[in-house]
Amino acid sequence: MNPEFEHLYQALSKVDGFIYPNEIELSWSILIVLYPFITGLVAGAFILASLERVFNVKSLRPTYVIALLTSFAFLLVATMPLIFHLGQPLRAWEIMMTPHLTSAMAIFGFVYLWYLMIVLLLEIWFDYRYDLVLWARESTGVKKWLYKALALGSDDISPKSVKLDQKLGYIVTVIGIPSAFLLHGYVGFIFGSIKANPWWSTVMMPIIFLFSAMVSGIALVMLLFIIINKVRKQKIDMLCLDTIAKYLFYIIIIDFTMESLDQIHRFYEAEESFEIIQLLISGHLNFTLLVMQVGIGMFLPLTTLGILQFYKPAEKVRQLLYFITGVLVLIGIFFMRWNVVIGGQLFSKSFLGFTSFKLSLIGPEGFLMASIWLIVPFFILAFLLWLFPPWKKTEMEH
Amino acid sequence: MTEKKTSLSRRNFLRNAGVTAGTLVATSTLPSFNAVLFAAVKRNTKGPWYGIAIDIEKCIGCGTCAKTCKIENNVPQEPFFFRSWVEQYTIRKDGSLKVESPNGGIDGFTQSVPADQIEKTFFVPKMCNHCAKSPCVQVCPVGATYETEEGIVLVDEKYCIGCKYCIQACPYGCRYFHPDKHVADKCTLCFHRIKKGLNPACMDNCPTKARISGDLNDPESAISKFIRTKNVYVLKPHLNTGSKLYYNALNQEVR
Ligand code: SF4
Ligand code: SF4
Repeated sequence: MNPEFEHLYQALSKVDGFIYPNEIELSWSILIVLYPFITGLVAGAFILASLERVFNVKSLRPTYVIALLTSFAFLLVATMPLIFHLGQPLRAWEIMMTPHLTSAMAIFGFVYLWYLMIVLLLEIWFDYRYDLVLWARESTGVKKWLYKALALGSDDISPKSVKLDQKLGYIVTVIGIPSAFLLHGYVGFIFGSIKANPWWSTVMMPIIFLFSAMVSGIALVMLLFIIINKVRKQKIDMLCLDTIAKYLFYIIIIDFTMESLDQIHRFYEAEESFEIIQLLISGHLNFTLLVMQVGIGMFLPLTTLGILQFYKPAEKVRQLLYFITGVLVLIGIFFMRWNVVIGGQLFSKSFLGFTSFKLSLIGPEGFLMASIWLIVPFFILAFLLWLFPPWKKTEMEH
Repeated sequence: MTEKKTSLSRRNFLRNAGVTAGTLVATSTLPSFNAVLFAAVKRNTKGPWYGIAIDIEKCIGCGTCAKTCKIENNVPQEPFFFRSWVEQYTIRKDGSLKVESPNGGIDGFTQSVPADQIEKTFFVPKMCNHCAKSPCVQVCPVGATYETEEGIVLVDEKYCIGCKYCIQACPYGCRYFHPDKHVADKCTLCFHRIKKGLNPACMDNCPTKARISGDLNDPESAISKFIRTKNVYVLKPHLNTGSKLYYNALNQEVR
């Protein structure tokens, strides 16, 4: 037996019921689970930053720059899992060169570039321009030149120029909010528009993706806010932390409502695919969906945050609870992506049976590689925080 | 009163004119919205337009079509890659259903349900439906999957980026990812043979002539007559894929 196909023979022996013979192997694996997870963090973190700016939520001010840089760090990595899952990674650029416009996937390159170039980079640049000029003047050696280059030749620190930065930055943010919605709603559409797959094909998919993205992005920034302050041995601004947690709480409620609505609708209408989906949920997905996504990732955080809205224990306790909640939420959203992507491929499109999926440890689609794509953004973020320390920025009114 | 009437009818006129103008503008710009209105594209009526017909009553489940296909098209031999395969359906007396397709039916079938429990049993050969509003063509991000003028859906293997989106989009499980070429692969209706005026290999080798293909635009072709004279049905019609694989005597259990 060719060892290349060993895992397929194993999967073949585990087929449950009838599946089409081409359906043994899952086409999309862990890398495509990461793709919506990472883009979700990008969009979510950005939306949190915009909340502060556009709706002028002053208490969130300390998280503004952290959220922007987080969003940026993850955005830089977002395409990697996508490109590496391709059978022909070297042809990836064809998506941009010769996009086939009826395909939801073809637009990704443009949505991505728009978001990266126009929205995020511009917003960060306008926010940092003044400081870049100052830092370029103060620093020496390589750093001086780096800041100079990043300031793109600008050397104006007059109040007028700062005013202009803020005005333009504000405009970018306003454009940015729909863009963030577009970015992630669009990722949902990639799945939601596949009529062959009843587990994916729902108009709710973009909306669910969007709200779960906000949930994960806000949770991540909350975690990072706690970690960064701990590492820098700073006192945590509790008003800020409580406010993020409050937003997280509300968005989880909306997300939970949307997802429940979707499932209730699916079950109430009970179409042709009803039985296989029921089996999917109670069988193959019972752990990842019922325990990890709903139990650990939603109910626990919702209950904890809910209680904390009324009852406020000591700061240390609250910080710990927020930290744990943040981690749980991120785990939950990861499994939400897992259940969509992997779950949607476990049952046959004949609705008569299931194939199985085993995550390998090594290889481009293995656990280790996936972990790398999840860890790299944190290193990028650490680097960004070192190069553009938000705490050394000049405080400015938004 | 009269005055009111006129103003009303004038308003109606304006509204109607508006609606008409709007419709005109909308329809005239429709082609540019093909991206969204993919399934509204009309079929080609000039030249040959290929379809397939399979007579389930004639299929004996010998698996020759599936075997021939693998040889003719160099499809990997392992039991995970099929351009063409056969399914065996068995409906038990208690109404329950058993479907099997060991190695895509290439090695033939054995009946695993005891004879006294069988209500009825039949074979369903499957292959690409060469859909006219094909979901796989719709989703391909680079246009590597495309439909020829003759209504045959093909993959350009020099162009496919291997994203596998088309495999997800095909409701019939007709595509697989080629393990050596690292691109999507599927039935070409033996395009290389059709171009020479030959029939697809599976059609020529079927011992009972249970499968035919041909020009749907030609009312005198065997397939047009088949469709006219039999009660034909396509798979998953509710998905509006524009499937051009017509089955005679298709049982509702088949999916
Ligand atoms: S049957 Fe599948 S692969 Fe063939 S044209 Fe239709 S959607 Fe595409
Ligand atoms: S795998 Fe190839 S043919 Fe299929 S959608 Fe992707 S690029 Fe197109």
